Amino acid sequence: MKLAVCIYEGPYNHEASDTAYNFIQAALKRGHEFKGIFFYHDGVYNVTKLMEPPQDDRHIANRWSQLGATGIDIVVCIAAAKRRGIVDDVLVPNVRISGLGQLTMMAIEADRLVVFGD
Amino acid sequence: MSEEKKKIMFTVRKAPHGSIYVYEGLEVKLIMAAYDADISVVFVDDGVFAVKQGQNTKALGIKGFAATYGALVDYEITKVFVDRQSMEERGMSEDDLLVIGEDEDTEEPIKPQVVDSDEIAAMMAEQHNILAF
Amino acid sequence: MLHTVNKSPFQNTTLESCIRFTRPGDVILLIEDGVLAAQADTSKSDMLSQAMATAEVYALQADLQARALTELVPGVKVTDYEGFVELVEKHSTHAWL
Repeated sequence: MKLAVCIYEGPYNHEASDTAYNFIQAALKRGHEFKGIFFYHDGVYNVTKLMEPPQDDRHIANRWSQLGATGIDIVVCIAAAKRRGIVDDVLVPNVRISGLGQLTMMAIEADRLVVFGD
Repeated sequence: MSEEKKKIMFTVRKAPHGSIYVYEGLEVKLIMAAYDADISVVFVDDGVFAVKQGQNTKALGIKGFAATYGALVDYEITKVFVDRQSMEERGMSEDDLLVIGEDEDTEEPIKPQVVDSDEIAAMMAEQHNILAF
Repeated sequence: MLHTVNKSPFQNTTLESCIRFTRPGDVILLIEDGVLAAQADTSKSDMLSQAMATAEVYALQADLQARALTELVPGVKVTDYEGFVELVEKHSTHAWL
């Protein structure tokens, strides 16, 4: 199946990003394809390379970047990002900034869109 | 090729202003309205406060959005529903709802349609995908 | 329809609303703080039991374990992330945020 995921909450502060990540890993294991992963609201903070979590904890931004390296389209909403000071320069590799049109395409083209937030 | 338009629903369950969910959720609706999809919006739970008329965020110093909700019909978002029980539980009636546009022919104001939860549940079941805000 | 609920029923009426919009054949999946509803013998257990007359109720194992919830309302099914994906395969999803 073609899936898409939308994440609304920032890293560490809320479980949404972790639940989404674990869901995506399980979906890949079951052979699903992803139309994309879209970060919205404070979710845009998930992929900044400025984060430096303690070494004994998960590195949320790197985790998303590694997922992006496998070819999954990871999109940060430009409107939400600009509002919060997130620009291209601070993003980890393998993610991109784009518009809400991308979320629209995911909602239309994915067989299932799953939303994680607060 | 006559492929049917995909049904996309937005559920609004959060109160306005306390968080940005409703505001940024509205931005998604306006963008999505420009695409080839069959869009509907339902206000449930505290989401009904988002369509209460008379909202004024001036003293908060934040940009309000009631005016944009007032233009939903102009964006061709016409399937707009309010859950009756959520509205009544919150001491609101149909009179309290803001106007979302006017009828092209009669120029009569259009308000969100108040419906029962089983109707909303039936609509939800028909959707291709649902975005919650 | 798959309904995901991620809020504690002790603090928030989200689960109650979700149940009100649930139709026969639907599934409610408790995730994150939503799994607190699955704990047996609480003031919310009856609500969840009644919901099971209409819908199947699942709770996400990782979230249960993280919160040390072992005694569950009878009828609640425990699933893992792959089980979550299987539910998504079968149903379109609404997140009751």
